[in-house]
Amino acid sequence: MLLLLAAMLIVSACAGTDRLGLESVVSDDIPQNSLNPAGPEARQIDDLWWLVFWIATAVFVVVETALIYMIVRFRQRRGEDRPVKQVHGNITLEIIWTVIPAVLLAAIAIPTVATLLDLRSAPEPSDNALQIEVTGHQWWWEFSYPEYGFTTANELHIPAGRQVYLTMTSADVIHSFWAPQLAGKRDLVPGRETNLKIEADEPGLYLGQCAEFCGLAHADMRLRVFASTDAEFEAWALAQNQPASIPTEGPAAAGWETFSVVCASCHTIDGTSAGAELAPNLTHFASRSTFGGATFANTEQHLREWLADPSALKPMRPELNDLEVGRVLGMPDLGLTEDQIDGLIALLETLE
Amino acid sequence: MATLSPPVEAPVAVRRGVWGWITTTDHKKIGILYGSSAIVFFVVGGIEALLIRVQLAAPNGEFLSADAYNQMFTMHATTMVFLVVMPAAAAFTNYMLPLLIGARDVAFPRLNAFSYWVFLSGGLFLTVSFFLGGAPDGGWFGYAPLSTQVTEVVRMDYWALGLIIVGTASLLASVNFITTVFTMRAPGMTLMRMPVFAWMSLVVNFLLLFSLPIITVGLIQVFLDRNLGTLFFDAASGGDPILWQHMFWLFGHPEVYVLILPAMGIVSEVLPTFARKPLFGRSFVIFSGIAIGFMGFGVWAHHMFTSGLGPVAEAAFALTTMFIAVPTGVKIFNWMGTIWGGSLRLNSSMLFSLGFIAMFVIGGLSGVTHAVAPADWQQHDTYYVVAHFHYVLVGGAIFGLISGLYYWWPKITGKLLDERLGKWHFWLMMIGFNLTFAPMHILGLNGMPRRTYRYPEGLGFEFWNAMATIGSFLIGVAMLVLFWNLYRTWRRGEIAGPDPWDGRTLEWTISSPPPEHNFDQIPVVEREDDFWHRKYRTAEDGTAIAIEPAPDMSFEREDNIHLPSPSFYPTLAAAGLFVVVMGLVYVPWGLVAVGVGAVLTLWGLFGWSMEPLTREEH
Amino acid sequence: MSTDTLVQDHGGTHDVSHLRKVAMWVFLGSEVLLFGSLITTFLLYRTRIGDGPGAEEIFDIPFTSVSSFILLMSSLTMVMAHHSASRKDWRQMRVWLLATGMLGMVFLSGQVFEFTEFVEEGLTVTTSPFGSSFFVLTGFHGAHVAVGVLMLLATAFMSFTGRLRDGEGMNVEIVGLYWHFVDIVWIVIFTVVYLMQV
Repeated sequence: MLLLLAAMLIVSACAGTDRLGLESVVSDDIPQNSLNPAGPEARQIDDLWWLVFWIATAVFVVVETALIYMIVRFRQRRGEDRPVKQVHGNITLEIIWTVIPAVLLAAIAIPTVATLLDLRSAPEPSDNALQIEVTGHQWWWEFSYPEYGFTTANELHIPAGRQVYLTMTSADVIHSFWAPQLAGKRDLVPGRETNLKIEADEPGLYLGQCAEFCGLAHADMRLRVFASTDAEFEAWALAQNQPASIPTEGPAAAGWETFSVVCASCHTIDGTSAGAELAPNLTHFASRSTFGGATFANTEQHLREWLADPSALKPMRPELNDLEVGRVLGMPDLGLTEDQIDGLIALLETLE
Repeated sequence: MATLSPPVEAPVAVRRGVWGWITTTDHKKIGILYGSSAIVFFVVGGIEALLIRVQLAAPNGEFLSADAYNQMFTMHATTMVFLVVMPAAAAFTNYMLPLLIGARDVAFPRLNAFSYWVFLSGGLFLTVSFFLGGAPDGGWFGYAPLSTQVTEVVRMDYWALGLIIVGTASLLASVNFITTVFTMRAPGMTLMRMPVFAWMSLVVNFLLLFSLPIITVGLIQVFLDRNLGTLFFDAASGGDPILWQHMFWLFGHPEVYVLILPAMGIVSEVLPTFARKPLFGRSFVIFSGIAIGFMGFGVWAHHMFTSGLGPVAEAAFALTTMFIAVPTGVKIFNWMGTIWGGSLRLNSSMLFSLGFIAMFVIGGLSGVTHAVAPADWQQHDTYYVVAHFHYVLVGGAIFGLISGLYYWWPKITGKLLDERLGKWHFWLMMIGFNLTFAPMHILGLNGMPRRTYRYPEGLGFEFWNAMATIGSFLIGVAMLVLFWNLYRTWRRGEIAGPDPWDGRTLEWTISSPPPEHNFDQIPVVEREDDFWHRKYRTAEDGTAIAIEPAPDMSFEREDNIHLPSPSFYPTLAAAGLFVVVMGLVYVPWGLVAVGVGAVLTLWGLFGWSMEPLTREEH
Repeated sequence: MSTDTLVQDHGGTHDVSHLRKVAMWVFLGSEVLLFGSLITTFLLYRTRIGDGPGAEEIFDIPFTSVSSFILLMSSLTMVMAHHSASRKDWRQMRVWLLATGMLGMVFLSGQVFEFTEFVEEGLTVTTSPFGSSFFVLTGFHGAHVAVGVLMLLATAFMSFTGRLRDGEGMNVEIVGLYWHFVDIVWIVIFTVVYLMQV
């Protein structure tokens, strides 16, 4: 049985797909490593973690060593019938091993509460925090920039070195925003608002994913945080603010024909008549490196597969969609023809 | 060696065969029923775990669909918590508690039977869902509004009703056991002379008594939201999903102490026996158990550190969670004090108790790291948490329960389990268990969330997942060794005799297996570890000297022993409940079944209340 | 109810009545948490009325006060029943038990009437979280009253047919414990749900 298992492991390890296109963008071996902080919030947590970890390790070494020592020293040898002192207890020891742990815990408690209060406090006006609104959906992220006036999906862009303040809620069930290298996670709860401070020291790409079970495709609800220089960020934001201009000729125009009939019931393209907000905003789709909840690299190959049959790529339940109550459980198979898919892809490619 | 009277015929005619088991009101038989059921469900839950591990062995796994996977992890947890660990503890409590306190049975024998059959109904009800459209798939914790979102599919109705049923079984059992401890202890057995396992059972039953009603209300609210259109957790209408979390964890946290305290009680019995000295700091171990019980109601929101409770609440719960480590540490140190200076007999039972201490320390320490709320914001909902609770629930609770199995199997069956197989079992478990769950600490800190049916390449999760999968199959092999041992011993095992371990407590004063009426004469207890002190006196240097001649523990059987008669009514009432909940899943047309089931239940309850406890059958 | 005693040891008997009394107290401990959870839910949702009516508009405090008074009186008759039982006046005990049951049924009728009024005025269990939590809380309480009424009638009936023997007084005590508890819960509900919301 073990051999079979080993064989399965080897076979599946060989079947590489790099579905996320990570190889090309991330040099880190462990890109979601919470122990590799890339911003002040994550670093504060990391500092606290190592303090507690080393204390816990010390306790572990002392206790387990003592345990093993005792077992070896006092084990009954063969044929032995050693008389044993019937000791009932020792008050002094009880006091010692109640007080010492309590003191150790108190030592941990103080930095814990201090870090907690600091990380949970709202930014000061002097922080000049960038305000971003996050809405969780099954199974994608909606990011709005109220200071600029545009909305995007799944890929968050922030200026490096500047505080970012997320105000979050959910459109359906509970989700959790987690970019481990930047900060701890915070839940998105329908009917409530939660907040999270994040900041990246340096420009770069930081990966994350939903961290509260939200149904069928919870595992495929990922996110990307792109931190860039101030200038790059402003340029990006400016571009995001532009509405799309749809070509009137060529395959993209044909794609728009299809889109306005089939896709507009859920998706928005700013500057057009497509304004539904049940699915990701596609105005600048071509500028994104991934799609489908940041779960697939934005390649033509993947797009084709997706448009042909979304549920084959990502587990969803669109047959349970009830748009009136706002229950959207995925993108349906729209029965698109090859031509229609060609047109849509051409259209999407223009949405820079 | 003490002499005991030979096993005697029961004073009341005992029904034979399957019907005898179905109608039994004898706490010992009920204990065996609970234990056998727990073992069967353990295999079910174990298979669910192995399926999960196969899916996660490599990135982009395609062994299980996302839908199947979500059912697997939901049912693995639900099965292991409610259908394995709790009934296994109930098995030992049922069988041993009356023996440990010198009683002939529990306070309400038919209620005891009813609790078992209701539990079994609930377990079957939950499991049968796999074959009726799919098992629950919203997590064992069923966070709203995910649990109330899809009502076209009945899976989460199975979940809500199933938990209500098994919860009811436990609640009734807790009333039974608390009453038993308070009213049926042998003369001279003050509470402080009661064995530690009995004490832990008492604390556990109070935890259940007060926590089960809370989750029952929550589950009913979920069921009503799903089926009647109530708006308890409908955010758009003003319902609050966080209310569900509070209600669940107000139960859920005491529940984890329910899961661990019986195992701690077992360890507190096993260590002194095989170290040949008393439990060190006995009253401190008892009081720390009580403290854990109380404090266990004050830490629940540490499961909600990322939900947005606010800094004051989060800080408060961080502190209370840290300080519950203090009484837990007290127990560990007192166990080590028991080992120190002893003459340690390292048989299978002892190995598993020692393994408990070693593994529980790890799980407890990772728990302390969780208490540091900002750190928990990284750890929460990752494999780090999975590592933590498997260390305390498997390395802790399961190891403790297995220790109890090796310890008390001779008393229950009259045969000794094979020691060589036991040692193979232990070492395979230690290796397999640690290989499975130690890597999960790393996986969690490296960014792997829980409840994800697949992970992509490029995140660095491959190696440790593969290791964990191999380890999980080793655990499976270890358990097969145990099952083989159980089977073999059942057929032809070494005869144990009444007191194979030179024990300290009352259960070793009677034959193995015990007679139906337990004690020929109810013992009069003069001190804690009363039996030990009849066999040994303390010399001037503090060591134990055997009393010669050995005490004669045979007594003439008392005259007017009335044992509770077997009864079919509790079983009938429980079966009726099964029909009721099956009907409730499929309302509105299921209401017919609800009616039929209600009739059966009421018939059972009515018959039960009308029949006398003991019918003269000689 | 069975009254066989379980002879256990030298000296005293563990009579079933004592066991049952302890068990009832223990069970009522869990009921405190049950109603506590329901009341807490209500307190959280008392202002979440959606488009439907809220407490001020819909509660009829005078009416509910009368039915509360009736329930309170039923506790008095319950005490009288217990008193009769302790004096071994079984006939009188049955009268008081039936009176208690009657009063309980009047209370329940009042609840039913009140609820139908509310439904007509636009508050149902699906109107709002307020509606859901109100009806589920009071519904649970009403169910407990109904079970109590059944227990009262059954005890009176069994006394009448002579099925209760030595433990008669004891069973009345257990039913009384339960009944008083249900009454106390109502006092809490009446105060917290009705009086404090208007």
